[in-house]
Amino acid sequence: MEPTDTSHPDYYHRVVDCQWACPAHTDVPEYIRLIAQGRFTDAYMVNRHSNVFPGILGRVCDRPCEPACRRGRIEQKPVAICRLKRVAADHRDDVTERLPRIPARKNGKRIACIGAGCASLTVANDLMPLGYEVTIFEQFGEPGGLMRTNIPSFRLPHTVLNEEIAMITDMGVDLKLNTPVKSMRGLLTTGGFDAVFVGSGAPKGKELKLPGRAEASANVHIGISWLESVAFGHVDKIGRRVLIIGVGNTAMDCCRTSLRLGAASVKVMARKPRAFFKASAWELDDAEEESVQIVINRSPKAFVLENGRLSGMLFEVMEYEMDASGRITGERVAGEEFLPADDVILAIGQENAFPWVERDLGIEFDKWDVPVVDKGTFQSTRPGVFFGGDAAFGPKNIIWAVEHGHQAAISIHRHCQGEPVTERLPPGVNLQSRKMGMHEWSYSNDYTPVERRLMPHVSLKERFKNLNIEVELGFTAEQVEQEVQRCLNCDMQTVFTAKLCIECDACIDICPVDCLTITHNGDEPDLRQRLKAPARNLAQPLYVSAGLPQTGRVMVKDEDLCVHCGLCAERCPTAAWDMQKSTLLWPHAADEPPLKTQQAKTA
Amino acid sequence: MTFIAKPKVAHPSLPKNALGFTRRDYEGSLSTLCAGCGHDSITAAIVEASWGLDLQPQNMVKLSGIGCSSKTTAYFVSGGHGFNSVHGRMPSIAMGANAANRDLTYIGVSGDGDTLSIGLGQFCHAIRRNLNMLYIIENNGVYGLTKGQFSASADVGTKAKKGETNQQPPIDPVLLAMTLGASFVARSFSGDKEQLVPLIQAGLRHRGFALIDVLSPCVTFNDHEGSTKSYAYTREHYEPAVHADFVPLQREITASYKQGESIPVVMHDGSRIVLRKLDASYDPTDRVNAAAHIQARLKEGEYLTGLLHIEASQNEFHEVNATPDAPLNSLPFEALSPGSKGLEKILARYR
Repeated sequence: MEPTDTSHPDYYHRVVDCQWACPAHTDVPEYIRLIAQGRFTDAYMVNRHSNVFPGILGRVCDRPCEPACRRGRIEQKPVAICRLKRVAADHRDDVTERLPRIPARKNGKRIACIGAGCASLTVANDLMPLGYEVTIFEQFGEPGGLMRTNIPSFRLPHTVLNEEIAMITDMGVDLKLNTPVKSMRGLLTTGGFDAVFVGSGAPKGKELKLPGRAEASANVHIGISWLESVAFGHVDKIGRRVLIIGVGNTAMDCCRTSLRLGAASVKVMARKPRAFFKASAWELDDAEEESVQIVINRSPKAFVLENGRLSGMLFEVMEYEMDASGRITGERVAGEEFLPADDVILAIGQENAFPWVERDLGIEFDKWDVPVVDKGTFQSTRPGVFFGGDAAFGPKNIIWAVEHGHQAAISIHRHCQGEPVTERLPPGVNLQSRKMGMHEWSYSNDYTPVERRLMPHVSLKERFKNLNIEVELGFTAEQVEQEVQRCLNCDMQTVFTAKLCIECDACIDICPVDCLTITHNGDEPDLRQRLKAPARNLAQPLYVSAGLPQTGRVMVKDEDLCVHCGLCAERCPTAAWDMQKSTLLWPHAADEPPLKTQQAKTA
Repeated sequence: MTFIAKPKVAHPSLPKNALGFTRRDYEGSLSTLCAGCGHDSITAAIVEASWGLDLQPQNMVKLSGIGCSSKTTAYFVSGGHGFNSVHGRMPSIAMGANAANRDLTYIGVSGDGDTLSIGLGQFCHAIRRNLNMLYIIENNGVYGLTKGQFSASADVGTKAKKGETNQQPPIDPVLLAMTLGASFVARSFSGDKEQLVPLIQAGLRHRGFALIDVLSPCVTFNDHEGSTKSYAYTREHYEPAVHADFVPLQREITASYKQGESIPVVMHDGSRIVLRKLDASYDPTDRVNAAAHIQARLKEGEYLTGLLHIEASQNEFHEVNATPDAPLNSLPFEALSPGSKGLEKILARYR
């Protein structure tokens, strides 16, 4: 193999699995270390820089970082990254002084954002400090979008939501509540905006067209609309027996909300076996803890009515044939089953919808009636009109919407500057040695063999008394102290200088996880087999050094299971190995050069 | 050394041996040697070899004298027995322990100072008795623990760190052992585990005295230019002559060997070593031929390495002295103690 080019920003970024997996590239190890030092406010600000809503995300993030976490490959359970984020948010001081300054003199550019959800709010967060005037149009009476309407308050308290939204709206955003945009044409022609950002989410729940649907409509609800009605207090009770159709995260919110509105028996009906569930494992756990029954292999067939009122649903009992890899190769209907129900909630998906965007504005829609949006710039086919969040590519999650917002803000800024939106600042990586003395590093490098801490919950007796009781209590101080030590500090990179190596084998002998080998070079499949421990995880790159001075062999490191204990560098007599902190430089709009023509806004 | 001990966390796919142990179970405590010391690599090789032989840690005995090398017995197989003896007197302790319990596996680790200076006499007599043990010399040419004076294995012309040149001729433990009739003589290098690990395994399985002289650079006092025992110099001047592949009892010989170039040697317990001759004219089973070769190469400044001499058929100490077959601690009291009448009879023989 050719020597690895570690100067490419992706190389060391990839080693930090959590940061690589996070759509917004939050510097996770850095903020966990800050929490370990009790610097909660600093930890919060590191988070806020990338993900804008640490308090919200610390409770309800989809946490793509955790399945990626290296700790999960070492001992099954990843670091509780998401809940540590909440620790920083819960224990921080007032951050008002640390939020970006908003210039009094505006730059004369006006931006419209449609929908006050996480994507639009991120755009405002990034553009307000640059002197833009941002107007957000929101159809409801409160901002927050799907964070407010679709996430029940027992998971995300309104105080947390309101506070973090206010940090942005207080920047001087012109927030127009109860103002749905009825026509894109109107906005474009008479709004006087320099750019429009569409962050209107995916607000349309999918319908289940089965016999009896229309007749039973009084007791059949669309999941996300129903959650929205609950959030705004329009619905405050439900029948005793509830069936939820679908087994995604919305289904989990629907079943748990039902329990708080008077349901005694809640069943979640899944078409397929558990391995095919869309809901996150932890959301399933939380629902099952509340005695929600998840029934598999039931395909809805009809709504059953009695005396003109819903009495239950008829299901087909499915049987599946699966191959060795767990893929379904065949299915058959083994029978039918009737389940009584007072209410049925449909949670089988949602999509974006743009009845208010005229189709002759140069904003192209594809064959599925979804706008054509560039994946890098988030610009539609009409320059100056941008899409982000669920509105761009369909339902994803908050953290993706935040990153869309960051990227769209860069595009909007470049658009307003008259620069091509496609020419963007490249990401970079900074490396800084963490050597303090002979064998001392400015990070805690010892491996702590504690297991993942369990989140304490409000007791099952207490939690159903009120819809607003937050179930998760947050980690205790003792739990935080232990959980932070589980982080492997993957950003403390093992940086190798081949020309210093005397091939004494010291690093190879001391590495606890056998990730280093000095051997003759070869092609990748060959090298992967010849390492001290075979490198089977092809998703993790190999580091291959230049030829070593004495024998011409190469140093190979399998990054997969490195615990970043720094022992290779401690044992190295020539400092060929060094522990260096990598800091990812992921450009935001604020990193772009300022507008060429700063013109004052005239009244 | 390092400031923190090697964490217990291990690679999830770390293989287990027949006893269910991983390599990590054969490690010892935190090494306090200098970072980059060759001795630590030899420790790692002993760990690997012991794991590969499925040795029961509690059946292993680690013996040493004084010096950097002699500290290392603490750094492997923490489940074994250990004795850190007086300077140069490790062979006596090994002798006594072995006489009392012949069933244990004995590893002595010594240095060039401990073996070739203060302990030279003890070393020679352990060889003469063909004591059943593996004797490893971690040879770096200097007294590291006392800041780098030349040792008895320093080559003529080698330079000390401060610049003075050694004028006294070295004692070569390999040639010395061969003249004393040693039955297993090998030389290796701490930086070549592919060679060293099977040598240690073969040495542990050899019945009788097995010597491995391991060139082990002192990274602090003897790794500079002008030194003949630095990493760089050793790499340039070591010449593998005979590679020994150790084949455990239960395993088939799977590698293909060319006829005439390989010599299978059956060990006492039925396991085998296949000697691969890298130098066709070299014959490791012929003591005279082997010694001549080693000497000729040494004159040219080259170290021949590998399993340089083996004689699997020699009788070891217990056979020569017709001792009981079982360890003394397993014999009944009556057999161990002659009683007062028996003692009188014995004494009478000397009157």
